[in-house]
Amino acid sequence: MKLDNRNGLTRLIYNPTVRSLFFQAVVLAGLLWFLLTIISNVMTNLDTRGISTGFGFLSQPAGFGISQTLIEYNETFTFGRTFFVGLLNTLLVSALGIVSATVLGVFVGVSRISPNWLLRKISMVYIEVLRNIPLLLQIFFWYYVVLQTLPRPRDSLTFGETVFINIRGVFMPKPMAESGFVVYMTLIVAAIIGVFVLGRWAKRRMINTGQQFPVFWASVGILVATLVIGFFITGRPIAFDYPELRGLNFRGGMSLIPELIALWFALTIYTSTYIGEIVRSGIQSVAHGQTEACRALGLNEKQRMNLVILPQAMRVMIPPMTSQYLNLTKNSSLATAIGYPDLVSVFAGTTLNQTGQAIEIITMTMLVYLTISLLVSAFMNWFNKRVALVER
Amino acid sequence: MDKFTPIESRPAPLVEVGVIGWMRKNLFSSIPNTLVTLFTAYMLWIVLVPFINWAFITSDWFGDSRQDCTSGGACWVFVTVRWNLFMYGFYPEDSYWRPNLAFILLIAILVWLSVPNLPYKKWVGIAAVTIYPVVAFVLLYGGFGLDIVPTHRWGGLMLTLVLALVGIVVAIPIGILLALGRRSEMPVIKMVCVIFIEFWRGVPLITILFMASVMLPLFFAGGTDADKLMRALIGIVMFQSAYMAEVVRGGLQALSKGQFEGADALGLSYWQKMNLVVLPQALKIMIPGIVNTLISLFKDTSLIVIIGILDILGMVRQALSDPAWLGYPAEGYLFAAFMFWIFCFSMSRYSIYLEDRLNTGHRN
Amino acid sequence: MTNEQEFIITLNKVNKWYGQFHVLKDINLNVKVGERIVICGPSGSGKSTMIRCINHLEEHQEGEIVVDGVVLNNDLKNIGQIRKEVGMVFQHFNLFPHLTVLQNCTLAPIWVRKMPQKEAEAIAMKYLERVKIPDQAHKYPGQLSGGQQQRVAIARSLCMNPRVMLFDEPTSALDPEMIKEVLDVMVELAQEGMTMLCVTHEMGFAKKVADRVIFMDAGQIIEQNEPEAFFNNPQSDRTKLFLSQVLGH
Ligand SMILES: Nc1ncnc2c1ncn2[C@@H]1O[C@H](COP(=O)(O)OP(=O)(O)O)[C@@H](O)[C@H]1O
Ligand SMILES: [Mg+2]
Repeated sequence: MKLDNRNGLTRLIYNPTVRSLFFQAVVLAGLLWFLLTIISNVMTNLDTRGISTGFGFLSQPAGFGISQTLIEYNETFTFGRTFFVGLLNTLLVSALGIVSATVLGVFVGVSRISPNWLLRKISMVYIEVLRNIPLLLQIFFWYYVVLQTLPRPRDSLTFGETVFINIRGVFMPKPMAESGFVVYMTLIVAAIIGVFVLGRWAKRRMINTGQQFPVFWASVGILVATLVIGFFITGRPIAFDYPELRGLNFRGGMSLIPELIALWFALTIYTSTYIGEIVRSGIQSVAHGQTEACRALGLNEKQRMNLVILPQAMRVMIPPMTSQYLNLTKNSSLATAIGYPDLVSVFAGTTLNQTGQAIEIITMTMLVYLTISLLVSAFMNWFNKRVALVER
Repeated sequence: MDKFTPIESRPAPLVEVGVIGWMRKNLFSSIPNTLVTLFTAYMLWIVLVPFINWAFITSDWFGDSRQDCTSGGACWVFVTVRWNLFMYGFYPEDSYWRPNLAFILLIAILVWLSVPNLPYKKWVGIAAVTIYPVVAFVLLYGGFGLDIVPTHRWGGLMLTLVLALVGIVVAIPIGILLALGRRSEMPVIKMVCVIFIEFWRGVPLITILFMASVMLPLFFAGGTDADKLMRALIGIVMFQSAYMAEVVRGGLQALSKGQFEGADALGLSYWQKMNLVVLPQALKIMIPGIVNTLISLFKDTSLIVIIGILDILGMVRQALSDPAWLGYPAEGYLFAAFMFWIFCFSMSRYSIYLEDRLNTGHRN
Repeated sequence: MTNEQEFIITLNKVNKWYGQFHVLKDINLNVKVGERIVICGPSGSGKSTMIRCINHLEEHQEGEIVVDGVVLNNDLKNIGQIRKEVGMVFQHFNLFPHLTVLQNCTLAPIWVRKMPQKEAEAIAMKYLERVKIPDQAHKYPGQLSGGQQQRVAIARSLCMNPRVMLFDEPTSALDPEMIKEVLDVMVELAQEGMTMLCVTHEMGFAKKVADRVIFMDAGQIIEQNEPEAFFNNPQSDRTKLFLSQVLGH
């Protein structure tokens, strides 16, 4: 009764909705003021420095070369083009790194719980040593220490005079399509479809009759046979352009520049230590009782892994794995430290220096990474919803 | 029915125990296992023996110049000659006692906090985040009668530690606010916090450092050239608080809903609830997570060499480009790696130890 | 000779160690086809270890175990053979949380017995009906109560059409009202003539269906007898003490 006697103002002050609205309004106003101050500061600063804003620079010619380009590029192309060259190089090294770090990481993680004591200890030391050393340092180590021990082009290490390894990088034959290539490709596609059909047939037969079929080995057989036999019956439809030593360096073929190799190796090894731990804890997170139940039912070791342990471990492993892949992609920006032409190095580095358009360029670069991050976390949310174990 | 007679325990058959039993079980339990053992042992042998030989047996440790490296192995003289540079950067030599003292104080505080059963933990902790930073700053930078040492003369391991510690100490309170904001029921607050967190977490640190070094000066009126180290620190703190916010969020989520409801039922206000009930519990759960972010931050500080600040890695790289000492990149990088490793590894062990202690604490 | 044929499980002077700890000491046990045995004894006496040796979840170091004429040694083929014929129900159910109830039941028939899926599902449904939860077939284990989960676990074992069932404290993790629903299923199974070895402290169950009760302590079989005689006239002091503790409260 007494409370009702309070006047309107007090009632408003103690109303939680009003309070919350007021508080939010204050925060919003503060934020706006902050942003406006910054924007006006930026405007005056740019003015006094005589820098014009806008994205016009993207269509001006770049005038510098890039040591590795996946799309056609030379000095006469625009700054806009350098953005895409850099972006593609970032994606290239990230994709390479993701594949190899996964393979190595799974191996390390499985070794970590192997029945073999020596293997277990070595993989533990591997993880503990390499994940406690900054990635940048590891990149420098590969680039300035390991790769520097490679010979000069004239004394290249070689595998059958087709692949050459030297201080300038790795040089390999480049496959080129010849006549019959289309037929060969068709054969290969047909073989892949065949393998799919075989898999479905085997599964249906297993469901209907219970008989099992060695699908994996049969598929490998079919694919290898098609690749090899098809190659000859279609009249060798792929020719190779071999690298050749001309003067001081190799010409022709395909090459991996040393910057790519150093960055790729370092990213692979550093990330593999994290993936190894994820794999280990993923497998160990599947309760011991599950293994026992499988054994009591008479499932063999392979069936136990494939049907029970891995499907459960996967749920635990995939979200942290994805965030490692994301980390790897972001970490690939360390490329700039050794001059691998990735997005940050080419665009936020060289292009920024040449044009001085700091705001635009840094924003664009950040947006690229932000987009990738948001896409990946959207995927992760979707995945988590899909596979969450159903509990009461 | 027979009369029951108890049987004395007999020792296990030899295959089960002793060195042989252990080796059979762990190294030679099957043919593939034996092959793996032999192969790994061989690989270990061919890698480790030459390395130990190079690094320790045929190495040189002391001297003044590269002429003192005569044994053919590692030339650690490269490191010992520059020890002070690697530790303190270009800090004036007669003032080394200042960073040393700051470091000793830090160690004392950490030991106090981490040894179980010492009294006044709370007060020491509060002093560590309030008084200590001021004292350390005065010691390092100067003032109050001490000569000013401008930040561009700071460097080496000292700078690495400064960056990591300032980053973490400033990031913790911001991270807590962000995490609370993210859980808030006020849409504007929640939105602002989510955008802030996701933005800094979504971009690589190197772009943030670029931003701090080329964009930040434009943000200040009159284009003031704020201290370069200061700008880098702002970038690092932003980055770090976003990650810290996620750690705090994890800690808050680990707390059961009953705790929040219990506090509400007692009539505590929002901040009372947080300070008296929620944060004291959540912080305890979060300590391992905080240590883990500290480890990442410690490693990430090495990136500032890219914008030209000379932490320990930067000092090593500068030494490597010294014309009188060309050709020792292996020694230089291994030394830097070892320094980083020692810190990160001990921190990670400590966080594991804490986690174990917390786990057992929960069970009891 | 004929006598030996009658035994579906024989343990002959079985010894087992965990490291230096002697868990099973000279265990001798013969189980006839269709016999129902209840094993009891204080915690840590080696009951679980003994029945887990029978399907080689644990390995014994000395002595001989023969199941259905197959000698249990390190031969993977023999182990597989034995596991096909021996079903096991665990204290904590050990259902596969990522598979539905039906998939839990058909997994082993499909992959171990190489049964067509349709057939496996039909059998699974038959056993789910017997344990009275056919309507839960498409739910996940996490959505069921403890008693329901344990009944699924029993159905899952039965789907392999085992000749022997091992139970390791199947009701110890359950709330009292759920114990009965699981015991009912087990009693029914016993009455149909399944050979069962059951570690349990449900003395009512023992009195009702057991042909023989075995008392273990410190890795030994101390006493075994028909339930009547076992409960009314225990021979050893150790058994008396144990019974007074189990029944006396
Ligand atoms: N994996 C193991 N390693 C070492 N000791 C074990 C292991 N499993 C069980 N034990 C020990 O063996 C003894 C018997 O265990 P168990 O057969 O589980 O007893 P029960 O089922 O009768 O309670 C106990 O003392 C237990 O501590
Ligand atoms: Mg037991």
